[in-house]
Amino acid sequence: MTLLDVINKLLGRQPASANTAKQRLQLVLAHDRSDLNPELLQQMRREILEVVSRYVEIDFEEGDVTLETEDRVTALVANLPIRRAKLPAPAPISEPSLENELSS
Amino acid sequence: MAATSTRYILICSGKGGVGKTTLTANLGIALAKQGARTAVLDADFGLRNLDLLLGLENRIVYTAQEVLAETCRLEQALVKHKQEPNLALLPAGNPRMLEWLQPDDMRKIAAMLGEHFDYVLIDAPAGIEGGFKNAMAAAREAIVVTTPEVSAVRDADRVIGLLNSEGVKPIQLVLNRVRPKMMANQEMLGVSDVTDILALPLLGLVLEDEQVIVSTNRGEPLTLTGNSSPAGRAYTNVARRLQGEEVPLIDPSKGRQGLRAKIGRLMQTKIF
Repeated sequence: MTLLDVINKLLGRQPASANTAKQRLQLVLAHDRSDLNPELLQQMRREILEVVSRYVEIDFEEGDVTLETEDRVTALVANLPIRRAKLPAPAPISEPSLENELSS
Repeated sequence: MAATSTRYILICSGKGGVGKTTLTANLGIALAKQGARTAVLDADFGLRNLDLLLGLENRIVYTAQEVLAETCRLEQALVKHKQEPNLALLPAGNPRMLEWLQPDDMRKIAAMLGEHFDYVLIDAPAGIEGGFKNAMAAAREAIVVTTPEVSAVRDADRVIGLLNSEGVKPIQLVLNRVRPKMMANQEMLGVSDVTDILALPLLGLVLEDEQVIVSTNRGEPLTLTGNSSPAGRAYTNVARRLQGEEVPLIDPSKGRQGLRAKIGRLMQTKIF
C-alpha cells in the first residue's frame, strides 16, 4: 500500500485504479492463457479438494485453488491449510492397477 | 545486400486503434533516413491506411494484388517516397483479396521485397483471424504495440501467444500513448506493470502527443519533419534501437520537476 492509497482511504476516496487494472489483468490473462473456463476450473478445484481431504482435514473456508501467472507461465496454485492429518491413512486407490499395468 | 540479411518485422497489436500503422509509417521513414533501404507492406487488406499516413494515397497505381497475379512487376507497384527515396510502400490490394489470400502469398511477396530491401515492415491488421495470420506468415520477428489499458494489454497477450506458437522471434514491445501524469498518480498501468505482464523487452516508449494527429492530417510522419515532438523523437529512437544502437529509454516520471512532481513521487512510496 502506498502513501497515496492511505490518504485516499482516509478521505474515503476510491483507491487509484492502476493497481486494480493490474490485478484484473493478471486474473483474466491466467484464464486466457490456460484456456480453462471458470466452470472447468471450479470442477477441478472441487476434485482436488476431494482428493486432498481423503488424506488430511482441510480448512475449506481458507482453502483456495487458483491460476497464477508470471513471466508468461501459468501455474495452478493450491493453498490448502491443513487442520490435521487423518489417521489411519486410507488405502491407496490406484496402486494395484498401476502394478498390473507395469507387469503386463 | 543479400536477401538473407533482410529483416522481416511484423507490427501488430491485436486491438485496433493503438497505433500500429502510425508506428509503421514513422519507423519506415526513420529507418530510411538512417540509410536503411526500407519497404513498408500494408497487410491490412480490409481497412488499409498506411498509404494515407505516408501521404502516398494519390500515387498508387498497382497493388500487391497485381504483383501476385503477375500482371505487373514489383517495381511498378512500389510507391517510392519523394523526400525519403530509401522508403517504398507496397499498397494493400482490394479487400476482396481476403477471400483467396493465403499465408504462402504473403511469404512470396515478402521474399520478393527482401531482394531489394534491408527492412520489410509489415503492418498487420487488427484481430487474430486470417488476415493477421497471413501477415504473420511473412515475418521473422515482431514488434507488438500496446497502450497502458487493460483491453489493449489483454489483446497484445493473445497476439504474443500466437507469435510464440509460430516461432516468430524476437518479439519486442512498444508502449504507446503513455500519459506520465496519470502514471504518476497511479491512474494508469505503469511501464513495468505492462512489461512484467507481457514479459517482453521494451523497444520503445511513446508519450501521448497531439502532434501525431496533426502529422496524420498532413500525411507527413513526425519522423520526416525532424524531431521537434516527443512522439517523433520516440519513434526515431525505436528505429535506432532496431539498428542495434543503445539508446536509453525515456523515463515518464522525469521531466516533471518541481514540487508537484516531488509530491507525486512521495505519494508512490510504499509504506507497507
